[in-house]
Amino acid sequence: MTQTISNPAGKSVPRVDAFEKVTGAAKYVDDMAFGPGLLYGKIVHSPVAHALIKRIDTSKALALPGVKAVVTGQDNPTHLGLYLKDRYIFAYDRVRYVGESVAGVVAISEEIAEAAAKLVEVEYELLEPVFDPYAGAQPGAPLLHPDLGKYEVVNFIFPEPGTNISEHFKLRKGDVSDAGVSDAVWAQCAAIVEETYTMPQIQHAPLETHVAVARWDLDGQITVWAASQSPFAQRDLLSNSLGVPHGNIRVISPYVGGGFGGKAGISIEANVALMAQAVKGRPVKVRMTREEEFVATNVRQSLVSKFKIGCDAKGNLLAMDVAYYFGGGAYNDYGVNIARAAGYSCTGPYDVPHVKGDSYCVYTNHPIGSAMRGFGMPEIHWGIEQVMDKLAEEIGMDAADFKRRNCVRTGDIISTGMTMPQIDLVTCIDKVTEAIGWKDLTGFPKPVRSGNKLRGKGLAIMWKAPAMPPNPGSSAIVRFNEDATVNVYVGGQELGQGAFTVAAQMAAEALGVPYEWVRVSANPVDTKYSPYEWQTVASRLTWSMGNAVKAAAEDARGKILDIVAQYWHEDPADLDIKNGVVISYKSEREQPLQKMVVYGLPNENFEGWQGGPIVGSGKFMPTYVTGLDPETGQGARAVVHYTVGAQAVEIEVDTETGQMDVLKIASAYDVGKAINPDLVMTQIEGGAVHGMSSAFEGLRFDAQGKPLNGNFVDYKIATAPDAPREIHGDIVETPLEDGPWGARGVGEHVMVPTAPAIANALYAATGIRFNDLPLSAEKVFRALHPAGPELSCALPR
Amino acid sequence: MYHEITLTINGEGYTLAVQSHHTLLKVLREQLGITSPKMGCGNGECGACTILMNGLAVNSCQVLAPEADGATIETVEGLSKDGKLHPLQQAFIDHNAVQCGFCTPGMLMSARALLDRTPHPTEDEIRYALVGNLCRCTGYTRIVEAIQDVAGQSDS
Ligand code: FES
Ligand code: FES
Repeated sequence: MTQTISNPAGKSVPRVDAFEKVTGAAKYVDDMAFGPGLLYGKIVHSPVAHALIKRIDTSKALALPGVKAVVTGQDNPTHLGLYLKDRYIFAYDRVRYVGESVAGVVAISEEIAEAAAKLVEVEYELLEPVFDPYAGAQPGAPLLHPDLGKYEVVNFIFPEPGTNISEHFKLRKGDVSDAGVSDAVWAQCAAIVEETYTMPQIQHAPLETHVAVARWDLDGQITVWAASQSPFAQRDLLSNSLGVPHGNIRVISPYVGGGFGGKAGISIEANVALMAQAVKGRPVKVRMTREEEFVATNVRQSLVSKFKIGCDAKGNLLAMDVAYYFGGGAYNDYGVNIARAAGYSCTGPYDVPHVKGDSYCVYTNHPIGSAMRGFGMPEIHWGIEQVMDKLAEEIGMDAADFKRRNCVRTGDIISTGMTMPQIDLVTCIDKVTEAIGWKDLTGFPKPVRSGNKLRGKGLAIMWKAPAMPPNPGSSAIVRFNEDATVNVYVGGQELGQGAFTVAAQMAAEALGVPYEWVRVSANPVDTKYSPYEWQTVASRLTWSMGNAVKAAAEDARGKILDIVAQYWHEDPADLDIKNGVVISYKSEREQPLQKMVVYGLPNENFEGWQGGPIVGSGKFMPTYVTGLDPETGQGARAVVHYTVGAQAVEIEVDTETGQMDVLKIASAYDVGKAINPDLVMTQIEGGAVHGMSSAFEGLRFDAQGKPLNGNFVDYKIATAPDAPREIHGDIVETPLEDGPWGARGVGEHVMVPTAPAIANALYAATGIRFNDLPLSAEKVFRALHPAGPELSCALPR
Repeated sequence: MYHEITLTINGEGYTLAVQSHHTLLKVLREQLGITSPKMGCGNGECGACTILMNGLAVNSCQVLAPEADGATIETVEGLSKDGKLHPLQQAFIDHNAVQCGFCTPGMLMSARALLDRTPHPTEDEIRYALVGNLCRCTGYTRIVEAIQDVAGQSDS
């Protein structure tokens, strides 16, 4: 056995999944074979945004030869949802967005299923729709969910029955009332800025659309194969909703072709399960088309944010009044927690003595707003990071200095009353300002012009905590083979972020065996065999699953040392495992792991044996997160920790077209400890481009709520020529007290500050503030030419 | 309606009965179990289904199966020879150019077609050659670097 990499934690070892992926061997759900018995499903979507269902007639569809079943909301009118059970699996009495699942057709071929879906007749009685979250939150707005008070909800979410507000998080700190920060505080401010920022819904656009296959056996066992970030959460939700024991449900999830939050929680999996129930014993497959993926799965919420902030003459932040109105779309079962996360993190990464924050999740007749990379943070930082720049300018301070002066530091009591765990945001700011050449900028926004091109630089900083229930758990198992290779079992998912590689590194490090000896047995994740993992979300795996893997490896290591210690009549405390060999620091004896980790070791004179197959198990669950006061948002520990970072960008805008090029992005994030530095860099790079792309993206709807751009031609995501030629990354390492080797997550954070950094750079270049996303070329052009287009020949050359 | 077509896929000859409205992507994936080309959109917009057809990179979701009669098709399954990875595959591993992997087969085939026609492309040529291959994960940096690396190797 070749031993090349020992002590791999902290080294840029190769990914465990890369070989399969470059050879085409890696299997995604759509690549799995189900044999000729496979049936195909097609979901019938609502063509209207808000209506009562008066009648559904499935007879014509059922009469089509080859159709096996048609399922509607009448078949299973139970509620489903992660934090707030506010939706039916198939619409029951009402539809609330264009694209809602109204019926499911099962047939012997895709073509027949599609044809039959068109034959399902639904009669609607139109209701007045709500599209704007701010308007929807006002008294008298048409109600989307008259039953809001009756839905089951977790104890940390506060819906307001009789309104469209599915969650209202309140933060009150300092000299404030429900009316706002007190006049006395505002009177102390040397500068005050008030602004409103907006952003539309956007879509995750993973390259793999949602695909699910389900089989409901005659004996009541249900198996679901899904492209999923959340096999265990889906099993739990299905069990609760269908009234089937957890043990009878098996969710299997092979590699996922990109998730970004869109495959978290539950989406079409429950629909497909009900479709399978109608044809017991045969698997049913639904693969969403790209158009369906855009509007009928999940999207990122829209946001209207309103700020009033003030600082003293020295640039110390004093007061913040902020309200966030998230456009949660038709169902907010997951989205309520995004508004909550935005609520407790409402100040952004700043110390503000007096804060009044209100964060609302508001029902709108748009697609389901759900988890997306950053979980509320890219949304709120769009406004925070621009309004801070504006305030810095008002008070006559450089934006970077203003951010250094006011940003949170380790040990600060942040606005929820929690003590900030270890971070170093100032170093992140220093790194990116150095990398972008910030100091070249003399004073305030000065366009650098050459021909019809304007250049500018912008900076944004960020924070984000894993947003989750207080007690999401992780578990892991480590199992030795005869030759001392090790199988590591985890239930976390590999979405591309490198979770399996990091699990292998941590297991090897904690066991004391070479990296090459470790095999990650997690593909597919299978709730029947994999150890429990809450969900692959919140950038929590390196930290939470990592702690579980470390604990499992230490458990196995402890068992081995006990056996060898007994064999040598030594104290286990004197023994260690190095490079796959047990060594004694006292007697300097050595015992290779091969064979003994399964067969054990003989006693002296061959009088029996001891030991046996080595299996280690480990778990991790945070136990210290406290509840928050519903009136003030105050509590001892709102979240487990925060990851912080900074980004600086340089952009160039063409004044003749409004087209913008992002020339360079410099990023720095404090990851605690980079278990695999190069994988951290690939997250930094991919996230920067994802964040850049998000600044130009937006789902568009007509006045009736019909989506207009559900395809890659009309909804553009960044291509290879669009991406910046230069992406600089810096890794800052301030160890986290309860992170494995100090590590904390970074997968989502890397896109949070990009859009506001671009907006700040655009301001530096043009002197114009853009408060509304997307930053389309047309919008920029019109702002540059308020009196209409000029001829390019008129521009100075 | 069924058509009989004869074609070569990764060096092996096939004679197949295909439905006239089925795409080459569907035939490869569902009739032959060649699953490296992925279905990302079905509309020629994402490049996840990219294969080589008579040496050109094409979106196999936009080719009707009967049009492939007589064609020579190459997919990622045929890239490695004698158990040895193609230099592009190795470079994608070495540069961590793979994250979720869903775009990877299509990227590799587009890169292969590029290097076949332009052995020493500039960075711009590489980026524009990949304009039809979307990747949501990597930000493209590592993919470009991997291709540059292979182009550089063929210098020596
Ligand atoms: S699947 Fe063929 S281009 Fe997208
Ligand atoms: S690696 Fe995921 S889309 Fe490219």
